[in-house]
Amino acid sequence: MKGTRRDRAQIETRVLNVLRPLVITVLLVTTLFPFLYMLLLSVRPIEQLLQNPGQFWAPPSAWTVSTYQEVLTSVADGGQGFLRLLTNSAIVSVAATVLTLLVSIPGAYAVSRLRFTGRRQVHFLFLSVYLFPSILLAIPLFVLFTRLGLRGSLAGLTFVYIAQTVPVSIYMLRNYLSTIPESLEEAAAVDGYGRLQTLVKIVLPLAAPAVMANALYVFMIAWNEFLFALLFLVEDRADWTVSLGLAQLSGGIEVSKTVLMAGSVVLTLPIVIIFFAAERLLTEGLTAGAEKA
Amino acid sequence: MKQPRTLRQQENRAGLAYLSPTLVVVLVVVILPILWTIMLAFQRIRLINLRRAGVFGDYSLANIEVVLTSPGFWSSLWTTVVYTVGSTLGSITIGLIAALALRARFRARTLVRASVLLPYVAPVVAVTFVWTVLLSPQFGLLNDWGMRFLGWDRPIAFLSQREYALNVLGWHVDIPIALLTVIAFESWRYFPFAFLFLLARLQAVPQELEEAARVDGAAPTQVFRHILLPQLSAVIALLCVLRFIMTFNKFDDVYLLTGGGAGTEVVSVRVFEFLTARFDIGAAAAQALVLAAGLVVLLVIYLRFLAPRVEGEG
Repeated sequence: MKGTRRDRAQIETRVLNVLRPLVITVLLVTTLFPFLYMLLLSVRPIEQLLQNPGQFWAPPSAWTVSTYQEVLTSVADGGQGFLRLLTNSAIVSVAATVLTLLVSIPGAYAVSRLRFTGRRQVHFLFLSVYLFPSILLAIPLFVLFTRLGLRGSLAGLTFVYIAQTVPVSIYMLRNYLSTIPESLEEAAAVDGYGRLQTLVKIVLPLAAPAVMANALYVFMIAWNEFLFALLFLVEDRADWTVSLGLAQLSGGIEVSKTVLMAGSVVLTLPIVIIFFAAERLLTEGLTAGAEKA
Repeated sequence: MKQPRTLRQQENRAGLAYLSPTLVVVLVVVILPILWTIMLAFQRIRLINLRRAGVFGDYSLANIEVVLTSPGFWSSLWTTVVYTVGSTLGSITIGLIAALALRARFRARTLVRASVLLPYVAPVVAVTFVWTVLLSPQFGLLNDWGMRFLGWDRPIAFLSQREYALNVLGWHVDIPIALLTVIAFESWRYFPFAFLFLLARLQAVPQELEEAARVDGAAPTQVFRHILLPQLSAVIALLCVLRFIMTFNKFDDVYLLTGGGAGTEVVSVRVFEFLTARFDIGAAAAQALVLAAGLVVLLVIYLRFLAPRVEGEG
């Protein structure tokens, strides 16, 4: 009996040793292929794509930057005006990030450190943000913003993003804050620090990595968001974010696909750069607590 | 005895004060809109007569009735369920395989692990656009390669065809090609989410357990079945719930890939159509409400009867 068991273990180990590199390769190819395709198509003239759709690789001599020129030049100059859209996206995302942190840092501190009535119930409030479909929130917000004349304003959109990201932000920060020993704060209190002073001068510097990860995370959510941008900003092209612009133009046939691929690259690149620069910070922040689940 | 109580009161006040900005934002942009949706769902409101609508409008069940009896609603709800279950299982399965494959040390592991996360972090509009181009029957790479190397006799309209007639050994099967493609996309985009959580949990499994089993001659599949899987079951259950909720409510992916056509009309896309194409706010709200209610019912069923029982975990 013992012999067959060893055999099975050996055979399986051998099969897995062959299978594992294969699985890793397949995983890598399937995840990266679309991005590589995006990049390569973005530097090709449209005629080439239409003539030979199966050609994946083109020699660098056949590459062109005219697609990027067209997508970035302003509409008035015959381009697609993505520079303007990039600015819009940047304004909304940066504003949402800063404001979310301003709201969520004190919030996370309160939830992790201070005993107050309703502290335990707060989680249900946050859960409701996820349980209800955003399309459900979209209807009344659509109505409300129409009434207030806030549709077509970046400020209104920013406000929605804050509400969407504050709960995650508080959750992530709270996890980190709970790892900071309370004795530090007690020492600060003995030194005569007030509560706010302690938060700003003691806790924040210690929580800097978590705050940073959080900021990047919120930025990425706001930069990638589509539904609310579509509902609130669609009427005026000058207000579009990059995501919205790309979605609107890709539905039609006026703009060539390779130019839009250049638009996709412009939309994706900031996210990829941020992600690879801060990958460890981000993944650790996201899965904090998963070990205990 | 007086001082501690005031300190306690102070702390209470400070806690609420620090949390108040959050509460205000969530109240204004989440709680009030939800309540308002419930009100809207029971009033006959279109964008034109919106000004007259108020808290004391005429309440009726007309919207709910219209929604429940309207053509396509039940099939759309069914599509949502199929789409959600398929994508949830797909993303968790791939995520699990990825986590197991990328667990042990090898060269460039960090880079590979990070690259695998790209579909999840990249902007949805960009990745859906690339997929639509890749799968396009006119200029898509996949169809070109399929015809050239796999012997397809004509291009397949992956995203705009409801059913694809497949002949397998004389058997004629209609497969819902667009829906399957959307599910494949969703599994591709969200497996990194499952991967992250499963990998984090795998790394917390004590090494001695596995080593002891190996010494005893356990095969890798046995180690997985009897040692790793029990350790992972709580995370997998959590992932099932999270992914189910998120996919059930999802709008962007389907809207951007197919626009809800070719048998992929999920409820959230339908709500959007009612809202923006017909300006029928009441019916849109009623449908969104039915969607939320459906989600709650399914979750209760899951938590009551199907969720693996985990003892002593919080």
